[in-house]
Amino acid sequence: MIVLDKRPQPSRAWSMATPVVAVLATMLFGGLLFAALGKNPVEAIRTIFWDPLFGEFAFYYRPQLLVKGAPLVLIAIGLSLGFRAGIWNIGAEGQYIIGALMGAGVGLALYPLEAWYVFPLMVIGGALGGWVWAMIPAVLKVRFGTNEILVSLMLVYVAEQLLASMSLGLMKNPEGFGFPGSRNLQQYESAYNAELIAGSGMHWGVVAALIAVIFAYVLLNRHMLGFHIRLTGEAPRAAKFAGVRPARLILFCLGASGALAGLAGLFEVSGPAGVVSIDFNVGYGFTAIIVAFLGRLHPVGILLAGGLMALTYIGGEIAQSNLGLPAAAIQVFQGMLLFFLLALDLLTNYRVRAAWSEVA
Amino acid sequence: MDLSAINPVLLVASLMVAATPILLAGIGELVVEKSGVLNLGVEGMMITGAICGFAVTVETGSPALGFVAAAVGGALLSLLFAVLTQVALANQVASGLALTLFGLGLSALMGQGYVGIKPPSTPKLDIPVLSDLPVVGRILFGHDLVLYLGIALVAAVWATLKYTRAGLILRAVGENHDAAHALGYKVIRIRTLAILFGGACAGLGGAYISLVRVPQWTEGMTAGVGWIALALVVFASWKPWRVLLGAYLFGGVTVVQLNLQAAGVAIPVEYLAMSPYLVTILVLVILSADKSRAPASLGRSFHAAH
Amino acid sequence: MKLTKLLATGAVALGLATGAWAQDKTKVGFVYVGPVGDGGWTYEHDKGRQAVEKEFGDKVETVFVESVPEGPDAERVMTQMALDGADLIFTTSFGYMDPTINVAKKFPDVKFEHATGYKTAPNVSVYSARFYEGRAVQGHIAGKMTESNIVGYIGSYPIPEVVRGINSAFIHARKANPDVQFKIVWAYTWFDPAKEADAAKVLIEQGADVILQHTDSTAPQAAAQDAGNVITFGQASDMSEYKPKPRVSSIIDNWAPYYIARTQAVMDGTWESTSTWDGIREGMVEIGEITDAVPADVKEEAVALMNSIANGEYHPFTGPLKKQDGSDWLAEGETADDGTLAGMNFYVEGLEGEIPQ
Repeated sequence: MIVLDKRPQPSRAWSMATPVVAVLATMLFGGLLFAALGKNPVEAIRTIFWDPLFGEFAFYYRPQLLVKGAPLVLIAIGLSLGFRAGIWNIGAEGQYIIGALMGAGVGLALYPLEAWYVFPLMVIGGALGGWVWAMIPAVLKVRFGTNEILVSLMLVYVAEQLLASMSLGLMKNPEGFGFPGSRNLQQYESAYNAELIAGSGMHWGVVAALIAVIFAYVLLNRHMLGFHIRLTGEAPRAAKFAGVRPARLILFCLGASGALAGLAGLFEVSGPAGVVSIDFNVGYGFTAIIVAFLGRLHPVGILLAGGLMALTYIGGEIAQSNLGLPAAAIQVFQGMLLFFLLALDLLTNYRVRAAWSEVA
Repeated sequence: MDLSAINPVLLVASLMVAATPILLAGIGELVVEKSGVLNLGVEGMMITGAICGFAVTVETGSPALGFVAAAVGGALLSLLFAVLTQVALANQVASGLALTLFGLGLSALMGQGYVGIKPPSTPKLDIPVLSDLPVVGRILFGHDLVLYLGIALVAAVWATLKYTRAGLILRAVGENHDAAHALGYKVIRIRTLAILFGGACAGLGGAYISLVRVPQWTEGMTAGVGWIALALVVFASWKPWRVLLGAYLFGGVTVVQLNLQAAGVAIPVEYLAMSPYLVTILVLVILSADKSRAPASLGRSFHAAH
Repeated sequence: MKLTKLLATGAVALGLATGAWAQDKTKVGFVYVGPVGDGGWTYEHDKGRQAVEKEFGDKVETVFVESVPEGPDAERVMTQMALDGADLIFTTSFGYMDPTINVAKKFPDVKFEHATGYKTAPNVSVYSARFYEGRAVQGHIAGKMTESNIVGYIGSYPIPEVVRGINSAFIHARKANPDVQFKIVWAYTWFDPAKEADAAKVLIEQGADVILQHTDSTAPQAAAQDAGNVITFGQASDMSEYKPKPRVSSIIDNWAPYYIARTQAVMDGTWESTSTWDGIREGMVEIGEITDAVPADVKEEAVALMNSIANGEYHPFTGPLKKQDGSDWLAEGETADDGTLAGMNFYVEGLEGEIPQ
């Protein structure tokens, strides 16, 4: 029979190797799936993983990886802080929406003023919006002990209704002939989160995501607060003795993740998306939870995981269009990839060996 | 505005139908969480159950077989989760989310040939005399069997957890898996069984949507109720009868807001549509004064160190 | 062994894909907002795509991507299609408007067709269907057939498209039956079959015996069948599985003729930027079979109404009409202009309640 022994230290070699093995396993099983659907498996796999990076039109897709990955990384970094401390913010999607609404609201209120300070004000509005939305579960938890998983999740649905209400009412484009949706911020120069270098995909959201990665890395490794976060997650009792004040930690972790999610929403609405519309949110807040765990709650890991998720999205779209694969097959494929990444993580933390007879 | 247009008897009857999918999925997830496992893949298991049940009902013409298939389908998908989290010791939150993604995709692939088909209808209970009674007849005796099954499951789970040895063991595993292991209980086996039960219940809940409540097959038709079912368990603070209460409250608020709209009450609709969630938060705050808490081992992996 | 074989076949396929075929074919791309299996909006657009394939056979290649969120994802999918050599791209959701314009700027040689929007460019056309014409026919049947004088209407979001449909149906229901009342429920979702089922049940419980819907699932049909004496109309697709009752007729989105004509125009080099808003006459809006559950005389009137709209004799919004607040809108014999219709955000006189803002 097979026995697992916990390693005293996670294996560095396996922690590098498992993602590669997982991707290879996914290619194999995904290939079988695509073959079963009557598509050429090699071509499908190549289209998903190779074409966006090195294919004929990689010049276009590489920047798009940044555009798609940046919000995921930005949100996941914030979430990972709380997750490490055992504080579960599942409602980043809602904070993302409110951040976008507040940020865009500032911009739309100032329209058509052209001034350098419009965009910075919007950034503050976006962060503030996400922060406020996350403060609701935080304060309720601190004050009444209410479960933050549930409150933050419920607030996603509330935020979605607010978004619909805003795009149909208050923020509706007055020159839009009665159609829903706001003015396009891409056409309002002072508010437009444009690419910093044309064609590079680098907008302020990408910059913010990179800064967040560095900031989180420093915080977790060099700062007392980061130590408290890790301690609370790994040994709550010890944390108490170390003088960690749980209430402050909850407020900080939820607040930080909310603000980052709000920022992601603001950068999206003022840049790539442009308009506040009923269907503005596309699930970044939920996908970011997966990204955070895929990255093992480590800042650099999250950066890589965000890139990988973005790659499967973009590659998946190309495969749909070029090979006629149904979107559902891409979803199954993504699910498989996640399964393998998660399952093979085992090898990082455990040693697998065969045991022949009774072990003492 | 014409509030007299709202018929309370019909409202309660349709509220019970609206509540059944989340009731079924919720009671299953409650057992899973009682065993110390958090499975966020309810949505994925529900939609898989929805298509399995639909496809089998259409092929065989028997809704009963369909519901059985839905339970099996949901359980099979949850087996994947069990393998990941119990054998490979993967993180439960991420595994659950991945399960949802996988289930949504898989169900869409399976359902490609079933769009635009009307399934055979699920028969309703029709007891002479009783079903014709005024008020109670419609509310108590006028539904399909699966609805009663949901209520019966709540009672069964409650009794099992409270009075039986199996229930005691399940709770022990959820509260402290190391102690339970020391006492000689097979933690992983027990949790796997709980996960399978949760998957089967979620599958039934999904099939109730595709076979009774809507009834049709459309990709992604569960439209997020799996998440509501998850919320329901926390809302119920892991108590079976409160799952029933919560399900009726969640289902009820939606039905009531639609009723108010139809009666012409001039309240902004988007705020009415928000109300189920706001009410939940409110109730949650009130309930958190009561200190019933989550199973202590919830969401933690168990590995027996020798 | 197996792997090498796989790699070999892959190489062959690769050679084929980059090879000579696909050179003189016209490539047509479709961007869908939902899955092709939604049984409604996207399903009908995809039927249009299949009709294009059938019509032109080897001369055309069609590609599509489903469930594309509005915003940057849509922009990327369109760009990708254009990069891969599409000659004509149909973008089939209102929210694709700005992305379509953005991408069209970058690819002046590629033709774009955006559904239900209002922004055009030299290489961007817009097209939409006058669904309100079909609503007029439904309204007439509804007004004639209701016994409780209560007609239930399930709306998605309060946008001009939906409001226009409600007004058109109501005007004609009132003409047929001066006592008719509309009960309107907003679901605030594009897609949630369970909620649609609830909404239909609520309306039936409150006395409605006709249900009109602006949502795409068959949930209301099933609820009506369950309730017994309630009639419904198919929406987006025919929903013929509920014939002859509760579904007594339907509005079908038929995009095939337009898609074929536009593809032909690209092949012939005669494509021009246009704004198309077609109705029953052009066949973009189709009235599904009126079943025998409708009395013969009502059916006859409905067909007559349909024909008068089709041959241009009659416009569903013809004065005298007043707005809900009693102010004058259209004088005797005056017809509504397309601009007002496109952005319609008011109820006509007689409707109760307010449009949520």
